[in-house]
Amino acid sequence: MALEREFCKWSFCEKPAVETIETDLLLVGGGMACTGAAVEAMAWAKAAGLKVTLVDKAALDRSGAVAMGLSAINTYIGSENKIADYVNMVRTDLMGIIREDLVYSVGAHVDQTVHDFQDWGLPIWQKDAENHTVDGQVARDEGLPLLKDGGKCVRSGRWQCMINGESYKVIVAEAAKNALGMENIYERVFIVKLLTDKANANRVCGAVGFSVREHKTYVFKCKAMIIACGGVVNVFRPRSVGEGQGRAWYPVWNAGSTYAMPAEIGAKMVLMENRFVPARFKDGYGPVGAWFLFFKAQATNAYGEDYMAKNWDRVKAEYPGYADAPGTCLRNHAAMIEMREGRGPIMMHTDKAMAKLAETLSKKELKHLEAEAWEDFLDMSISAACLWASFNMEPDKMPSEIIPSEPYLLGSHAGCAGLWVSGPAKNYMGAPDSWFWGYDRMTTVDGLFTAGDGVGASGHKFSSGSHAEGRMAAKGAIAFILDHKADKLEAAQNIDEVIADIYLPFEIFEKYKDYTSAPEINPNYLLPKQVQTRLQKLMDEYVAGCSTMYMCNKPSLEEGLKRLTLLKEDATRLAARDLHELMRAWEQYHRILSGEAHLRHILFREETRYPGYYYRSDFLKIDDTKWKVFTISSYDKNTNEWKFETEPYKQLVK
Amino acid sequence: MPSFVIVEKCDGCKALDKTACQYICPNDLMVLNAESKKAVNQEPEQCWECYNCVKICPQQAIEVRHYADIMPLGSSTIPLRGTDNIMWTIKFRNQKTIKRFKFPIRTTAEGSIDCFKGFTLSSDFADLKKPGFYTGKARTE
Repeated sequence: MALEREFCKWSFCEKPAVETIETDLLLVGGGMACTGAAVEAMAWAKAAGLKVTLVDKAALDRSGAVAMGLSAINTYIGSENKIADYVNMVRTDLMGIIREDLVYSVGAHVDQTVHDFQDWGLPIWQKDAENHTVDGQVARDEGLPLLKDGGKCVRSGRWQCMINGESYKVIVAEAAKNALGMENIYERVFIVKLLTDKANANRVCGAVGFSVREHKTYVFKCKAMIIACGGVVNVFRPRSVGEGQGRAWYPVWNAGSTYAMPAEIGAKMVLMENRFVPARFKDGYGPVGAWFLFFKAQATNAYGEDYMAKNWDRVKAEYPGYADAPGTCLRNHAAMIEMREGRGPIMMHTDKAMAKLAETLSKKELKHLEAEAWEDFLDMSISAACLWASFNMEPDKMPSEIIPSEPYLLGSHAGCAGLWVSGPAKNYMGAPDSWFWGYDRMTTVDGLFTAGDGVGASGHKFSSGSHAEGRMAAKGAIAFILDHKADKLEAAQNIDEVIADIYLPFEIFEKYKDYTSAPEINPNYLLPKQVQTRLQKLMDEYVAGCSTMYMCNKPSLEEGLKRLTLLKEDATRLAARDLHELMRAWEQYHRILSGEAHLRHILFREETRYPGYYYRSDFLKIDDTKWKVFTISSYDKNTNEWKFETEPYKQLVK
Repeated sequence: MPSFVIVEKCDGCKALDKTACQYICPNDLMVLNAESKKAVNQEPEQCWECYNCVKICPQQAIEVRHYADIMPLGSSTIPLRGTDNIMWTIKFRNQKTIKRFKFPIRTTAEGSIDCFKGFTLSSDFADLKKPGFYTGKARTE
């Protein structure tokens, strides 16, 4: 039996003030993708006489995945590499199914965005005339040529270059603010619902959100929209059990809004079964890339055995054709074999790597190297440095444990969940006709664009690629607006009802709060934290979380879906005591829908495409005869039904 | 660790219209207690330990006591962020090992970015559907 539905009739909570903003292009989100979109959109909007507005849940200077900073730019092609090789790397890492039109076009644009970062003031490490490494400030002081003029960056891997990135986001945000003007930026406004056109249900025409600072609703009316507010974090039970839950590897505030809101108005999603399980320094989640690639450290099982060397023949036999170059999920898989068979923990031998480097380096160089190792953490996951200090661990004296984390859903890192979008141009690189529908990075909803974590089937963009992709989406969106100037748009939704729906958690709390003596325990509602823990538990136990070592099967997924369906119903009884909790309530709602997409996609794809990220124990192999395809889903909010289809993968780059 | 506010040092940013930590926290965790006029981290288990509140606090009243379910007490990691560099002082739990690092954070003056300066902006809107950005062409191979 379904729960009786509650409505907000403003009998118990006060109606908020409402501000309506008319704009042409609305940017929802303030991370790398939308700050990129802001500068590029404004470069065209000025001449076209268009207005561009950005709305961010937090403060633009420190929002999104780069809020803490970064120690490297992970996608910079450089003159020494070919774009085709970048595409080949992404295809290998994402197990053979990517949209190569999308990946190639990021590769063709990303270096320009990195050059712009350097112009704006991002310190990028460089090689000096003697081939010594200097930091980004010394590079300027010594007058080394900029990257755009042939200067050499310092590679930590083939595609990565090291930066002094504490203020990376501040710099990128400053450029966006400078382009837009502060009067066009709304901070601390959380968009939770999208509006569609009365005459065309498949056309976006606005968004509604609320201030997390004052009792006020914002209604934005627009001609086109770019939605890019990150991936999904905390949809699975994290390995931490208390305060450490905040130490998610990806930003803890990423709530799946990028997927849930477009899905609710019918935008198609692709490869939502994909996930990312980063193997990172345990608990602090410090990056391992520089240790593997730059310091040449080795990781072993608890008994000193190199698990890659030991297990690789087995991995090759299990996944023939996919293990010639070790992709991220298969490296995880090799480590997980050891963990399952009881030979964990997995150790990163930082001490041995440092000792080896000490053989050839001078004392001064070694000191510099030590600073680099600490900066790698301090720039992007400070807790990992704090963890070393709290355990009295010096990385040059002892090894550190690494571990595969809880799963994350995203489209910009080593993962490819997201929305199904149009490619850059008709038959781009020989793409099929069905991959282009008029405007670069437009979702299947007219006028609705995305970038970064939002674009599915094309990972390995990272910060720079997301910024570049935001700029590409901005051009697509401006072109769309100019081509549809005559359109008269009117929201199909009743705005008053949308607003009432948004504040329902206030109404519910005020209505029922006096029934029990403890506000946390009440049979009439759930608080956001309670919904979050239930979601995390069921996703963990039935949808291949850490506790089952990333293993699931059809019966477990079906049980998970049963529980998720009940949770989704219970989420209509979310209660909130203040604006902060109202934000949490809607974050949970977005997480539930994203989690449901993930679960249903895993159920649909009857194979194990991403071993080391998750396993279908009932279909442990990769099955190319049936599943070398994009899995595409669409959700109908009115009927609460999901539809699945597939689209063949096509290789465009040799 | 979740950030904490030292009562003696926090002045509630009384000179500002809102507290600096409340302004910057990406996860909306910092609030001003109306009675005590001190900032408080309202949801410590949702703290990313991004240190943005620590870095921005004009009173240096915010530090971090690391995640209780993970980290032993006694160490400290303190940043001092200037306009063009950041200095980190890391004290180990043993109180003997101290590491100090200084890194550049930007090579241009704060507020100096003018992202359209020196570029001719196109008004040929056919270019919108071609590759490239206003700052430079897309790469071709």
